[in-house]
Amino acid sequence: MPHFDRLYNFACWLTRDRQEAEDLVQETYVKALKGFPSFQPGTNFRAWIYKILRNTFLTSRTGLKATATVPLDLEGEEEILPAVEETPESILLQRSDGQLVQQALEQLPVAYREVLLLCEVEEMSYQEISATLAIPMGTVMSRLSRARKALHNGLRPQFQKG
Amino acid sequence: MVCEPWKAKLDTYLDGELPEQEMRTCDAHVRGCPSCSTDVLARVQMKRAIQVAGKRFVPSSGFRTRIEQSITPKPQRSFRLGWMLAAATAVVLAVGTLTSIYLGARSGKNTASRDRVYSEIADLHVATLASPSPVDVISTDRHTVKPWFQGKIPFAFNLPELQNSEFSLLGGRMTYLDQTPGAHLIYDVRKHHISVFVFQERSLSLKLSARLDDNSLSPKQLPFNMETWSQGGLRYFVIGDASAADIDSLAKLFKAAS
Repeated sequence: MPHFDRLYNFACWLTRDRQEAEDLVQETYVKALKGFPSFQPGTNFRAWIYKILRNTFLTSRTGLKATATVPLDLEGEEEILPAVEETPESILLQRSDGQLVQQALEQLPVAYREVLLLCEVEEMSYQEISATLAIPMGTVMSRLSRARKALHNGLRPQFQKG
Repeated sequence: MVCEPWKAKLDTYLDGELPEQEMRTCDAHVRGCPSCSTDVLARVQMKRAIQVAGKRFVPSSGFRTRIEQSITPKPQRSFRLGWMLAAATAVVLAVGTLTSIYLGARSGKNTASRDRVYSEIADLHVATLASPSPVDVISTDRHTVKPWFQGKIPFAFNLPELQNSEFSLLGGRMTYLDQTPGAHLIYDVRKHHISVFVFQERSLSLKLSARLDDNSLSPKQLPFNMETWSQGGLRYFVIGDASAADIDSLAKLFKAAS
């Protein structure tokens, strides 16, 4: 089962519940198996199966709830991300055990969380992310930029505490 | 400020998504600009922190088994008793014959386990080749590919010298088997692609390793040729649609290099 572990990790991040993540992964594989004849060889298999997982999530009760609470201004005007220059933050980031970042990721709206995970954890190219999320490349770039800014803002209070 | 146009592009630069020419210009700027290089360093640290924090959830082995069982196609049942009996007898005979000829004293359990491993390895090989970007580190130079894995997988391994052979290295990527991270290398020989997988033997579950005796996988029943062996605490798999002789040659090169 290719991508099994990574799909499960991604599903957990989307649902934030292990039981729901298991159901989601199971449904994804069943759908992928049924729909495999429609998969075009030579196209991106990884983007294809992640897309199935994500679409399944979006139509689930948790998915509908998560997307219903997302602010609608996700794709506003392009905004330049301010430089991340605070060195003490970087030092703290290095020292922390990742828990702060995990918490900040959890707090992000699902649209930001998924794009960051696909880029940083799954190391997908912008093109793959565009295929997975079914959004244009320009939107991938602006959403990533906003997601990074939101994560940075989410971490700021933690840094001040530290 | 000379920096301003670059500041907005630093994330795209770090994601490796700027056009080639712009990538080079940005690279040259960052190297010469203390402000931008500090900024890049902070962003790299943030990227690493997200990578570490993001790899958080691992599926249980029970869940994996459940999924495998749920997606394995179930045989169609015949409701006619006569046919069922005939089919059952035929299956018993066929299994008995095959077992005695090919498997000797090996238990059926071991075969099923080996088949599962083979199937996983074949899936990884095919899924990777089907991808438009099958390798994450694109290089024919083993001195580039090997260091790329440092810090990504919990072990080191040697890549063979290919100068006087027909094989060429295309690149590598990270992979997972049995919830264990490993290295996946892709080689080319006469337009055939061969995958080499390397995992830490002790990280693979005992159940799995114990059943992977050297060259125990019978290529006659499989659409790919494959070799596997354990050496220096690492488990190697060489798989591809190239001839068995080619697979064996590449396996020998790896054995000699390790």
